Amino acid sequence: MALSRLYLDHAATTPLHPAARDAMMQALERWANPSSPHAEGRAARAALEDARARIGRALGFGGTIIFTSGATEAIEIVLRRAKAGDRLISAVEHDAVRRAVPDGAMLAVDSEGCVGELPSSARGALVAVQAVNNETGVIQPLDRIGAAVHEAGGLLLADCAQSAGKMALPDADFIALSAHKLGGPPGIGALLVRDLATLAPSGGQEQGYRGGTENLPSVLAFAAAVEAGGAWIERAASLRARLDAAISETGGTVVASATERLPTIASYRMVGVAATAQLIRFDLAGIAVSAGSACSSGSLKPSHVLAAMGWDEGAAREVVRISFGRDTSEADIDRVAAEWRAIASTARARAA
Amino acid sequence: MAGYREHGAGPRGMIYLDYQATTPLAPEARSAMLPYLDEKFGNPHSPHRLGREAAAAVDVAREQVASLLPSGGRLAFTSGATESLNWAIKGSHGPIVTSATEHAAVLDSVRAAGQAERAVTILTVGADGLIDLDAARVAIAPGTGLVAIMLVNNEIGVIQPVEQLAELAHAAGALFLCDAVQGYGRVAIPANCDLVAISAHKVHGPKGIGALWVRDGVTLDPLLHGGGQEAPGRSGTLAPMLCAGFGAAATLMASRADVDAAHVARLWLLATRHLGPEWRINGSAEHRYRGNLNVRRDGIDSARLISGLRGLAFSAGSACASGSGRPSHVLKALGLTDRQARSSIRLGFGRYTSESDIGAAMTMILDAAARQAMWAA
Repeated sequence: MALSRLYLDHAATTPLHPAARDAMMQALERWANPSSPHAEGRAARAALEDARARIGRALGFGGTIIFTSGATEAIEIVLRRAKAGDRLISAVEHDAVRRAVPDGAMLAVDSEGCVGELPSSARGALVAVQAVNNETGVIQPLDRIGAAVHEAGGLLLADCAQSAGKMALPDADFIALSAHKLGGPPGIGALLVRDLATLAPSGGQEQGYRGGTENLPSVLAFAAAVEAGGAWIERAASLRARLDAAISETGGTVVASATERLPTIASYRMVGVAATAQLIRFDLAGIAVSAGSACSSGSLKPSHVLAAMGWDEGAAREVVRISFGRDTSEADIDRVAAEWRAIASTARARAA
Repeated sequence: MAGYREHGAGPRGMIYLDYQATTPLAPEARSAMLPYLDEKFGNPHSPHRLGREAAAAVDVAREQVASLLPSGGRLAFTSGATESLNWAIKGSHGPIVTSATEHAAVLDSVRAAGQAERAVTILTVGADGLIDLDAARVAIAPGTGLVAIMLVNNEIGVIQPVEQLAELAHAAGALFLCDAVQGYGRVAIPANCDLVAISAHKVHGPKGIGALWVRDGVTLDPLLHGGGQEAPGRSGTLAPMLCAGFGAAATLMASRADVDAAHVARLWLLATRHLGPEWRINGSAEHRYRGNLNVRRDGIDSARLISGLRGLAFSAGSACASGSGRPSHVLKALGLTDRQARSSIRLGFGRYTSESDIGAAMTMILDAAARQAMWAA
């Protein structure tokens, strides 16, 4: 009998939280346009504003929350409209940041993927550094970076798509969020702004900072997911330690093992086996993992994240990402570790 | 089915006549979305089986939505028509010609492009709300980069001569962008458009999703950068649930096109007959989509009418501009005075509106208007 599917690609997207699902189910009946002046529109507006306040409370954020179609759009708004000088981005940012400022100056990272000291060009700049890397799980020292950015009279954009709901939000001027990474639906996200005076408006809804009819059902599901929280994250830490140990024992390499990482994301290199081949083997065994980010999958480009950390292209092409969700169990970890060992040993046998 | 009555009546037994602001989610679209709330949660850009299944669902939806659009192009899903229009305008190059009655998403984007030093020409409209083709021929000079005109106006329902305008654009070497948000699935979209922006929630689909159709061979600079998930250059994780809802809604628009059109025509006749000659129709009564009825009666304050009629949902203009207190830029473009614009109401109806809804609503409006007139006298 075939085993059930095991999904370990939660950094790409994670199932809807039951509370978010319930909120969405109910909200699909509330289809009025929140900008309409009649009673139905006003009720929709009230629900929208209530959700906004709930998200702020759950995340401990006191500034302005602008709903967007996702983190990509939130990032785009800041990179285009923040009232700051040059755009400076870390070398390990998500493509949503990198492609939005193709000629932006890059902040180098060390071999563990962490951003170092700010260069003098950071004076008055908008500096974009993610809270957690989507491929390696590496946590950036945003306390130190944020202090340095502010010292230099700049503004900090923190892409928190992977970290929100799992760790406290950093102290940043702009924070980009994605609902579908934390148990909400795809198609909705938010831009958190500490001080609206630092961002030029574009007109339209969301206080003139984001045009388009508000997506109320998705916003309500987003709020429910944020409120559901990430209490399971401590359990994830022990699961990840178990997987790290199992893979290390079999000759695998844990990427960025020497620095602090989010407990739900890890990358591993299997020497001598291309990531694409590993993915097929895992998929045939019913296990969904990924090679780097979903967004660039299919492109077969080597990971820019690993390249920035000093990995050569050949080694980087042997790395897969395994990421956990709230229902991931110890048995799941043992299953993926066993499959990892099986793939690695057939490869060794073939090489021998 | 019971759902229809509930839909027509609105969430709390209200009569909903604001179909240009948003439309009720079709039960079929809702059903199509439900599997994605549960087991089908995959990221359509992931290479494993769950991801591939999600990608396949997105592709099915893409075919469904594209079936009501011209052939020979690609459809990119977006977060809605506002994004589609911003993308088409900011991603094109050269001087822009548009009209005074376009939606704010077009006018604001064009204004932003104008600040980026692209020349902008805004065509006026006649008292009937229609663009004069002779004036357009002069304005759309050789060297124009983009002509952006809507198919069906969101406030007054008039249908612009898009096919001829697209011909003028092509003769001048320009691309033609059609805002078909209100017209999609209701009025045929001329085959000679180059770019078409649409929105799901205006056709009984979910909010948070729209699309931009791009003719083959037309290239745009991206608006949202990143993974480049959508072929013509749009980034951001797609929501398979919203795509599936949009696809199902589009399929219904196609299969019910004749039934819906006949129903809307009956409702229009009923509404205009009820209102009588004291109410004047804003915009052409002939070249129009009949699910929109924008009317005015001298001496009426539409804002008071809307807030006074709590059992009825309708509006004075676009939802996006409501609350601004400004008189409608569309009605002003027709040559109405501020006073006339403020005595105008927009009624929008469609598939889930019943004939008795229209009868009851018109009675409520006539009574309230008579009360206003009495107190004003």
